[in-house]
Amino acid sequence: MYVAVKGGETAIAHSLDFVADKRRGDRGIDELSLAQIDQQLGLAVDRVMTEGSCYDRSLAALAIKQARGDLIEAIFLLRAYRTTLPRFGDSQPLDTTAMLAERRISSTFKDVPGGQVLGPTYDYTHRLLDFSLAAAGERPTAPTAPADTARGLPRVGDILEREGMLEPPPEAASPEDLTRKPLTLPASRPVRLQNLARGDEGFLLALGYSTQRGYGNNHPFVGEIRYGRVPVSFVPEELGFEITIAEIEVTECDMVNQFAGSHDVPPQFTRGYGLAFGHSERKAMAMALVDRALRAEELSEAATSPAQDEEFVLAHSDNVEASGFVQHLKLPHYVDFQSELVVVRALCEEVEARRRQAALDQAAE
Amino acid sequence: MADASPQDGGYNYAYLDEQTKRMIRRAILKAVAVPGYQVPFGGREMPLPYGWGTGGIQVTAAIIGRDDTLKVIDQGADDTTNAVSIRRFFAKVAGVATTTRTEEATVIQTRHRVPETPLRDGQILVFQVPIPEPLRMLEPRETETRTLHALAEYGVMQVSLYESIARHGRISKAYNYPVLVNGRYIMSPSPIPKFDNPKLDRSPALQLYGAGREKRIYAVPPYTPVKSLDFEDHPFEIEQWSECCALCGSSDSFLDEMIVDDSGQRLFVCSDTDYCERRQAAAEAAE
Repeated sequence: MYVAVKGGETAIAHSLDFVADKRRGDRGIDELSLAQIDQQLGLAVDRVMTEGSCYDRSLAALAIKQARGDLIEAIFLLRAYRTTLPRFGDSQPLDTTAMLAERRISSTFKDVPGGQVLGPTYDYTHRLLDFSLAAAGERPTAPTAPADTARGLPRVGDILEREGMLEPPPEAASPEDLTRKPLTLPASRPVRLQNLARGDEGFLLALGYSTQRGYGNNHPFVGEIRYGRVPVSFVPEELGFEITIAEIEVTECDMVNQFAGSHDVPPQFTRGYGLAFGHSERKAMAMALVDRALRAEELSEAATSPAQDEEFVLAHSDNVEASGFVQHLKLPHYVDFQSELVVVRALCEEVEARRRQAALDQAAE
Repeated sequence: MADASPQDGGYNYAYLDEQTKRMIRRAILKAVAVPGYQVPFGGREMPLPYGWGTGGIQVTAAIIGRDDTLKVIDQGADDTTNAVSIRRFFAKVAGVATTTRTEEATVIQTRHRVPETPLRDGQILVFQVPIPEPLRMLEPRETETRTLHALAEYGVMQVSLYESIARHGRISKAYNYPVLVNGRYIMSPSPIPKFDNPKLDRSPALQLYGAGREKRIYAVPPYTPVKSLDFEDHPFEIEQWSECCALCGSSDSFLDEMIVDDSGQRLFVCSDTDYCERRQAAAEAAE
């Protein structure tokens, strides 16, 4: 008689088969391997690892394959896997001065100790479609120079800081973890940074952009962006000393911002910080802008714009949450809608009855 | 409890790891101890999307055991897509027995309805909650609303109901109708129609409410007073239909409206499919 929105087991099973079939696409075309996704769609893998909060290239590649390239869906898949993993401890803070940098630039100085290293970037490409990529073929390899592993790469910010021009980085604090404990407000800066690191790149990009257009302006300069490999250290309880357990690729952005000074603090430059897995400059920069914007209250600035509103930003940055809640509108809501129908009809009938009564009253007069 | 379940990838029994379940159970205990109070908990990503019942699923995953029988409904029906999906999820990861019969279930996870069949002692009703904060649409800031709850400063809610009367001549809130639990906390009953609100009052079943995206759990213990907010001269009332169910003839259940042809002909049927089927079977047996 009517089946409307009611779908049984069979319909769902068929839908699952259909999406699996769509995923594979034309069987006459070679199936993607995880290694191909990792190597040739590496920036997508980087984004999925960053917002999925899980550094594992092959799992991220698998998620991208399973999600048919829908990166938010892939992030969701990776998160839902990550959340079931046991925790055995916190790593030591990353020392990014120990980075083997493939890229390192500063826009605040013409040259800096360690040099401006352009590395692999789209910054200087002309965005012309390269039709030669449409065909398979041998590609030239890039010239390389031996990496200078002998010395660390000083941070530009540290140089400014020694001069008293830039605020020092915050005191080391014990790590908190948003994925274990719910967000409470006001949030500490480490929690805010974790939220932003997991936050949607597009959302942070738009918020960061809004600060540049007058909605919470904080006059940013790229103190430094660096991208490369850093060691991850861990102190196992049973050993009691630090061991290196991995090497990961990260992008770090140290944003330097003007600050007019307040009652207690003289005018100086302040920091916004961004860190992302892999090569994710847009994300790291947007994160740094929003981090700085969220420090408005701490720095006694007037917080008048969305990017400076901690609760607004932190509550809406997560694309897995946002995507889920927006798309849940596809679920049936007919019971609530029925309730609304009953109320609205009753209201309409009352209006109609009043109108009729008024007409009668008028006729009687 | 920590034995590995047979499904792919070596996930733990009922998907969540035991540490997480313990954390959720602690939150549930606190919620039961302070009826209507929203307890923050470390909500996890679930393999189903936020907004599709992740809070309810986490609560169910934390309380369910091998001896339980699970019923899942959405809009009152056992055969709606999301109910089917969640029931399949638990059948898979917890190997739990499932049922559509309200009285057979020990745990009932629901979205948007309370079953028509009266619940009994020992049953647990798990609600999926999108927005746990009843004051959210009046005050968007969590920092503010937590203070309002702490001070039991609920004037803003009374005013909003009063404004509704001033504007429409009656309280026009149709679902997610706010309730006062145990005379202390104003609580969102989740988006159930107000028709279901009276069933929450002094219910013999334990009511657990899980909000996954918002990371809150709250509860109404058995036999706890749950009062729908109203005014003396505008008492709380529930929806009424002039029709009765076209299938089972019920005149006191919540009815869904079906448009059955192009000319907009309507038919009314029970939203609670189990209740309706049982009544039809009983009528048939009586003939």
